[in-house]
Amino acid sequence: MDIAQSFSAALVLIWGGDPAFVAIVRLSLAVTLTAVAVAALIGLPVGALLALSRFSGRGLVIVLINALMGLPPVVAGLLVFLLLSRSGPLGPLGLLFTPTAMVVAQAILVLPIVIAITRQLVEDLHGEYREHLASLGLTGLRAIPTLLWDGRFALATAILAGFGRASAEVGAVLIVGGNIAGYTRTMTTAIALETSKGDLPLALGLGIVLILLTLGINAVTYAASRVGARFAG
Amino acid sequence: MTTLPTQRHLIAATASLLALGGAALAQDARPAAPATAAAGTRFITVASTTSTVDSGLFNHILPLFKAKTGIEVRVISQGTGQALDTGRRGDADVVFVHARAAEERFVAEGHGGPRRPVMYNDFVLIGPKADPAGIKGSRDIAAALRAIQTRATPFVSRGDRSGTHQAELALWTAAGIDLAATRGSWYREIGQGMGAALNTASAMNGYVLSDRATWLSFRNRGDLDILVEGDRRLFNQYGIMLVNPERHPHVKKADGQAFIDWIVSPEGQKAIADYKINGQQLFFANASDTGA
Amino acid sequence: MTVMRETTSVLPLAVTGLAFEAGGKRLVDAIGFTIPRGGLTVLIGPNGSGKSLTLRLCHGLLTPSAGRIAWAADHGVIAGHKRHAMVFQKPVMLRRSALANVEHALAAAGAGWSERRTRAREALDRFGLTDKADRPARLMSGGEQQRLAIARAWALRPEILFLDEPTSQLDPGATRQIEQMILALKAEGVTLVMATHDMGQARRLADRVLFLHRGRLVEDAAAETFFSGPASAEARAFIAGDLVW
Repeated sequence: MDIAQSFSAALVLIWGGDPAFVAIVRLSLAVTLTAVAVAALIGLPVGALLALSRFSGRGLVIVLINALMGLPPVVAGLLVFLLLSRSGPLGPLGLLFTPTAMVVAQAILVLPIVIAITRQLVEDLHGEYREHLASLGLTGLRAIPTLLWDGRFALATAILAGFGRASAEVGAVLIVGGNIAGYTRTMTTAIALETSKGDLPLALGLGIVLILLTLGINAVTYAASRVGARFAG
Repeated sequence: MTTLPTQRHLIAATASLLALGGAALAQDARPAAPATAAAGTRFITVASTTSTVDSGLFNHILPLFKAKTGIEVRVISQGTGQALDTGRRGDADVVFVHARAAEERFVAEGHGGPRRPVMYNDFVLIGPKADPAGIKGSRDIAAALRAIQTRATPFVSRGDRSGTHQAELALWTAAGIDLAATRGSWYREIGQGMGAALNTASAMNGYVLSDRATWLSFRNRGDLDILVEGDRRLFNQYGIMLVNPERHPHVKKADGQAFIDWIVSPEGQKAIADYKINGQQLFFANASDTGA
Repeated sequence: MTVMRETTSVLPLAVTGLAFEAGGKRLVDAIGFTIPRGGLTVLIGPNGSGKSLTLRLCHGLLTPSAGRIAWAADHGVIAGHKRHAMVFQKPVMLRRSALANVEHALAAAGAGWSERRTRAREALDRFGLTDKADRPARLMSGGEQQRLAIARAWALRPEILFLDEPTSQLDPGATRQIEQMILALKAEGVTLVMATHDMGQARRLADRVLFLHRGRLVEDAAAETFFSGPASAEARAFIAGDLVW
């Protein structure tokens, strides 16, 4: 198969502005960015809380969350599918085969990453800042805003890592989204579809676009960590 | 000092990235269709097979239905077994598959119906042009399968309870072959759709049973070609059913029935017959054939 | 919030029977002294004598195993405003600019947005750090960081400032600068309690000396008295340089 064919397919896609293609890219970004935002909103405070609290079984919780970072996307998708199916407990919500379901599944994949990295970071920072913050009256949970803000670069890197994981997966969004044309078709599920139709150049072209997107994200991540290093001193 | 402005730019960039996502999602929740008078978009969910989707049939006929009724049809493409399960769970409004026995069981169990025949296409036996089993040009599918089994040439099976898979199993039986007893490493079950099966056969130069429509629109043929066709036993009938609204009250009964009525109407049937690839018709409309 | 002249004070601070236990060992025991308003009290003693622990106990960073820390006003807080602050041996700098570090301390004390900015700038100006305002604090030299730590504590307008060996990690030049700042604070009326193991520094700065050895308060005397004629044998040995721990 001709690699050149794939590159030209990719260029045609990007420059051509085919509405179906634009819709696919927009949906992919919308689903993943929303999932990451939700995971960050929940994961940052939970991770910080976990870092500062002490309770029996805490070690077990930490191990569990670290392990969930490797949750197979297709398993996450299956679990959400069983929850949201009409015959499932949340059936009446009618959320199966919608972009919302895809956001939920991807948020579940990103959440452990955010919690685990936030916890580690906040715990380390807290060790360093504890006495000074206590001196200022910021004891216990009151220290959380300071710690989260001070760790912002490492946390941003963690969130971008979560984005990378979500934007690369196909298993979860395929199962809960159904790959419906024009509605729940994302870049990864479109690649899976074109592959199964045997249109490999187009599939690879889509893949090239996705890789370029991922490269862009990683470039931002790297720049963020560099700026952060300068401020950490 | 240039250090702090860079920091601010970075934070602004990250924040706007997240905001972009939210905005894009909010926009996407309301697709670019012209504003319908009623609240939101009218749509139904149809669970159908990979053959109808992969062949491009729906891309051709669904816009016609939408233009006429304003109803958007969202198609989930799965194997027949999975599609019927989706109907059983109530996750779709309409089921449109090609395994008559399974469909009739579905109706008998009260999950939906009545079953209406819609169209047929045929299966073809695909294989490498070199044809190690020596079946090229035959019109006898049973003899061809026997030859494949005897020579133990690689054969790819979908293995996913789809209509195609069930048809394949029925043909082995018709050829008098007990698969459980005689299958060996030459029989490769992949548990995936038609496109994936064709990709696999292309990669290993093996034989595979495919529906003609998917084959005609398949682009990764490699060294494969149609070797056996035309046997009456390769006839593949599609049926459509409404999911039972009494079991699943949320099912869109009126709009789902509108789709079924349209697809068996002269207009819908013509749309199906009009769908061609390279001048070749893929599906043959036969809703009026009540025995189908 | 305008700075009102407080009519009450958290001083004198009366410490009685103070003890702290960790890992089954009494690290300080039966420590008692009173800090009145004004002046610079130096806690001096060899390594492991309990100087840092005593400061932390007074400041409320640790809970005593026995004894009392009695401020004139409840917990050293008046009208929700903590009236004592602390500077540590190794300055803790947040990952922000120098100005932002001071603003953060003021925010924690409840100051509003514009007040924070004004008072923070004031603190930097007071201690000659104006041109470092936007520098990342962690990139400053050790001496600058410690100056910032003192400026940061001063911005909170404490009545009493605890300092834990503030110059032990600095070179002589930076040490002199810090000592000047400390004397300036004393002149302003801030009460100072400082731990040090540097005899020369103690001679230069102390009005009063609390000598600790192995977790106990061995001698409590005016600086002149202590350095010219110490009452205890341990103190004499320490001044002679013979008492290492």
